[in-house]
Amino acid sequence: MASEGTYYVPEQSKLPIFCAAAMGVMAFGAASWVIEGGDPFIFLCGLALMTVVMWQWWSLVIDENMQGLADEQLKHSYVLGMLWFIFSEVMFFAAFFGALFYVRFFVNAWIGGEASFGMFDNTPTDAAVANNELLWTGYERQWPVMETPDQAVNGESALFKGPDRSMSLPLWEYPVSQWLSKLYTLLPWLPLWNTVILLTSSFTVHVAHNGLKAGDRAVFLRYLGITVMLGFLFLGLQVAEYYEAYAHYGLTLESGIYGTTFFMLTGFHGAHVTLGTVMLLIQLVRGMKGQFSQDDQFGFEAASWYWHFVDVVWLGLFLVVYIFG
Amino acid sequence: MAHGPAKGLGRWLFTTNHKDIGTLYLLFSFAMFLLGGAFAMIIRAELFQPGMQLIEPEFFIQMTTMHGLVMVFGAIMPAFVGLANWMIPLMIGAPDMALPRMNNLSFWILPFAFAILVSTLFMEGGGPNFGWTFYAPLSTTYAPDSVNYFIFSMHIMGASSIMGSINIIATVMNMRAPGMTYMKMPLFVWTWLITAFLLVAVMPVLAGAVTMMLMDINFGTSFFNAAGGGDPVLFQHVFWFFGHPEVYIIILPAFGVVSQIIPTYSRKPLFGYSSMVYATAAIAFLSFVVWAHHMFTVGMPIAGELYFMYATMLIAVPTGVKVFNWITTMYRGALTYETPMLFSIAFVILFTFGGFTGLMLSVAAADIQYHDTYFVVAHFHYVMVAGAVFSGTAAVYYWLPKWCGRMYDETMGKVQFWVAFIAFNITFMPQHFLGLAGMPRRYSDYGLQFTDWNMVSSVGAFLYGGAQLLLLYNIVRTVKYGQLIDDPKVWEGAIGLEWLVPTPAPYHTFVKPPVIKEGAVGAEEWLIDETPSYASYKTVTDAG
Repeated sequence: MASEGTYYVPEQSKLPIFCAAAMGVMAFGAASWVIEGGDPFIFLCGLALMTVVMWQWWSLVIDENMQGLADEQLKHSYVLGMLWFIFSEVMFFAAFFGALFYVRFFVNAWIGGEASFGMFDNTPTDAAVANNELLWTGYERQWPVMETPDQAVNGESALFKGPDRSMSLPLWEYPVSQWLSKLYTLLPWLPLWNTVILLTSSFTVHVAHNGLKAGDRAVFLRYLGITVMLGFLFLGLQVAEYYEAYAHYGLTLESGIYGTTFFMLTGFHGAHVTLGTVMLLIQLVRGMKGQFSQDDQFGFEAASWYWHFVDVVWLGLFLVVYIFG
Repeated sequence: MAHGPAKGLGRWLFTTNHKDIGTLYLLFSFAMFLLGGAFAMIIRAELFQPGMQLIEPEFFIQMTTMHGLVMVFGAIMPAFVGLANWMIPLMIGAPDMALPRMNNLSFWILPFAFAILVSTLFMEGGGPNFGWTFYAPLSTTYAPDSVNYFIFSMHIMGASSIMGSINIIATVMNMRAPGMTYMKMPLFVWTWLITAFLLVAVMPVLAGAVTMMLMDINFGTSFFNAAGGGDPVLFQHVFWFFGHPEVYIIILPAFGVVSQIIPTYSRKPLFGYSSMVYATAAIAFLSFVVWAHHMFTVGMPIAGELYFMYATMLIAVPTGVKVFNWITTMYRGALTYETPMLFSIAFVILFTFGGFTGLMLSVAAADIQYHDTYFVVAHFHYVMVAGAVFSGTAAVYYWLPKWCGRMYDETMGKVQFWVAFIAFNITFMPQHFLGLAGMPRRYSDYGLQFTDWNMVSSVGAFLYGGAQLLLLYNIVRTVKYGQLIDDPKVWEGAIGLEWLVPTPAPYHTFVKPPVIKEGAVGAEEWLIDETPSYASYKTVTDAG
């Protein structure tokens, strides 16, 4: 709470309205782009304006901080802002995780004519039975959905064709007794490596933070640099995995609900990793310029919180999309 | 910090001042209110008689859709954000909002978003024609191309809401004056803190829903398509996970406004302050776990129907606490009936009425009869219009003198109230009968047996529209020619920090934070102790 009365209320600024205009142009441009025959020109104009505005805005904030205008109370506002922003991101992912659970545990059962969670008994409802018999004849409950309801009814002429292979844990293809001897199948399994990479990067960013707090600039820069590289490595492997999926697994956005949930969840995660990597990269450049001190480092801290957040989301993805996917 | 506002248009375009931004929000929301109202007039004009008179059915459904979207996202929500911007810093003794530049960004996104949304009406294939709830597959497989513009305008609208809410949360958590503990905050601040939390939690889910639509429409995914293994009902779950908290996002700040106004004109502190806070929190919590009561007829398992029915009924308990407290605040008070008080009392009565029809709708078995009829339309207009809009109107009358230092015309205010009150009931009361008799919503035509009540309803709607023009006239007249006042308190029974600053409120207030004395909430001792910025506080403090 305030006691000094030094809270910095900035003068008028042209940045917000230009930022809003950029968002408006981007929104309009994106819509006209996705409609058939559209092109990305307007969207890119908006994006260019947005980039300029964001650069200016953050430069201004950094500048103000260097001038000593940001007191402890204002810094606490930034902390609250970042934490609640991350909370909103959590809720965005919750929507997609929720969609996955609903489709997997309810819809899939009902289309297959079965009961979902049998709390009291496992008799399917009449609606589920009718659903399967009349609409999606021959569809069997399955996850991952390798043969879509569309395929069950329309065969080769189906619009949505399931993938040839899923991204799930390779061990599921073998009985548990053989798992030990089949452990080598995990070696080329990219999600495992990506998990190792992201967990390591969360650790290195923490070491960097400790280095900064201890005033050890060398440790800070070295470990932050490693973190950024791990971020790029993760993204590279993700691209490789997507290439694999499209080229060899027949797994695409169009391959039914499995492809849909797989690409949307991992894709949005990947987009957030990209954002986090860029954030950390900028902090690295700022660190090299010597803009952080032992007790003034919010920009870096905010980026590192964001990084931990994408890490936690990945652990959720690793569990529900890959291991039990 | 500059001492006064900048000159010219630049003041409004580039401002970082919470009062300017509050004014911008309020002006924008009133403009959207008139636009959404014009859509409603088109709807009621067409429904005056059975058969098609004025417009095509395709245009009619675009009107119902746009009326809902514009009123919810353009009129009501920005109106309360505007009030929050104006009043929260004043009420908690803060120099401004926590993040003033982001505050301006949150506002200026809205004109762009609504320009995009409204422009869809002029596009090939027309604007959104799938109802404000935009259920798939109407909004995906069968939607016009303009749906893409709708989707992206919702995205940036959501970004605006999230930034605005984060700002409010940071302001309330970080900017309170020394001694202003959480349980001393005015109820309007409390309800907004909780509302802001709801917004940050559910606007991203709405973004998720429209993103899924976008992918299904343009990129071949099958979220809402059973052929690929998805389900159109998934859309309804995701949408209502946003949509149900959304209705509390609309009504909770309205609760806050009424909780400020009723004690003032009852000349008594609010009854049961802490129970009001807990009830608000309870309503917010419950709002997350009742969403599927909008979907009783969609074919849920019986266990789901029962759970959502009972959970929904539970909301009546904290809401009942609130109604009880408002009435008990008035009980044995020294009541006077200025326009804000009239609107607040009407709020309590009509909102309670709308709450009871909500309780009827929560009964899953009965809802199968009521679902998608005019009974539902009547229900949510009782809580949205007589709830949120009446409360917003009350707030404008209540705080307008503080904002501009001029008094509105009380007689004109009262006339406006009575016209609005009577016209509102003429419009929406008959819709209950229509709904119970089986008239479905969103249709441009109806059976002959529904004619009489539809005519009554349409007459009422135009009267109600007229009442809003009177409100606009009264506001403009007040700002330009209203009687000058300089009493900081404005209202005899008003208590709170905002009534200690001069009238009209200076451009910058609480540049240095006041210190709040120990004392009970709402009691006379609850005044500032140290008053570094303004001499006029000193007198008040000495008197206290």
